[in-house]
Amino acid sequence: MENLVSIFLDSVFVGNILLAYFLGMCSFLAISRKMETAIGLGLAVTFVLSITTPLNWLVYHYLLAPGALAWAGFPGIDLSFLKFIIFIAVIAAIVQALEMVIDRYLPPLYMALGVFLPLIAVNCAILGASLFMVERNYNFIESVVYGASSGFGWMLAIITMAGIRKKLRYADVPKGLENFGISMIITGLMAMAFMLFSGITL
Amino acid sequence: MKVTKTKAFRIFFTPIWESNPISGQILGICSALAVTVQLKTAIVMSLALTFVLACSNLLISLMRKLIPRNIRIIVELTVIATLVIFADQVLKAFLYDISKQLSIFVGLIITNCIILGRAETYALGNPPFHSLLDGIGNGLGYSQILITVGVLREFLGAGKFFGFQVIPDAFYAAGYENMGLMVLAPGAFIAIGLIVWLQKTVSKE
Repeated sequence: MENLVSIFLDSVFVGNILLAYFLGMCSFLAISRKMETAIGLGLAVTFVLSITTPLNWLVYHYLLAPGALAWAGFPGIDLSFLKFIIFIAVIAAIVQALEMVIDRYLPPLYMALGVFLPLIAVNCAILGASLFMVERNYNFIESVVYGASSGFGWMLAIITMAGIRKKLRYADVPKGLENFGISMIITGLMAMAFMLFSGITL
Repeated sequence: MKVTKTKAFRIFFTPIWESNPISGQILGICSALAVTVQLKTAIVMSLALTFVLACSNLLISLMRKLIPRNIRIIVELTVIATLVIFADQVLKAFLYDISKQLSIFVGLIITNCIILGRAETYALGNPPFHSLLDGIGNGLGYSQILITVGVLREFLGAGKFFGFQVIPDAFYAAGYENMGLMVLAPGAFIAIGLIVWLQKTVSKE
């Protein structure tokens, strides 16, 4: 249990997937102009991450890892080099399926998330979380916690950014530093703030 | 006609400076930040990305009349993923240490928006030779920023250039200290912000 709490705290604050590992920057910069869209995308990323990370765990450990096909009678096969292409296919398929399910059964949620779902298939945070999950050897429960909490961390970062950008409209930014430059510097300062949580151990 | 006036030349050189994929089009920043703590990893990452981008542009351009419009994204992703697996296996076989340092970021070339972006906006509508040039040009534009950030961070953060110490011991003895911030994540964000500022100011004049 302590282990799970520390994974949660680590992936929300210290090892924030956006601020410490730089994943999902493209949509972070493009979508953080407005508060509503930032919240919508943040929710969609959290939602998709909490589903795809455990699912890719199952796929990896029952199909791709060295010796994973032992249940089918092929203990000597190692398909782990296929993980990139399989993971991205799983993510694209899940995003597509989710879009249809949500549209059919939860129209209000679809109204809120609908436009963002297709964008997510190529968000590097989603693929990155699956790859980190493999690299760090998480077990199934840990991968569930990791997926959900890194999504939450990403959402926290994008909502904060949207808030800061709203205030920034009234600021007098030097020419040439507008938009992209200043956003990067703000993100840097935010990353510094999040790093203050490192060193806190449970 | 001078070489600098040909279309091929323009296709090749515009993305390196003017419409640089990172600073001009704001694409593919994720990996640009993560692998630039050292110059060595930055260069290897640049080579891998330029390779994947050039090949994917060429292949997609060759197949552009065969790909049905509805499923083009999945076809493009398959081409890119195959090339990335190839690059990853080569790195694992010949540069094992660096591939360990790059960890998941080689795999993340798949979702690097530069590659899908160029495939969508350029390779699908242009002949193979020009697409190849566009791919290499954009790859070099990306490499240029990556290497600049890499040099800056390694120099300020560790006092080294390519793994060799360049700041003399006398400086350290006199109280000089490495800027630890540059090695950490915030340093990358701030460095890239400042570089873009510089580039925009210079290119406007």
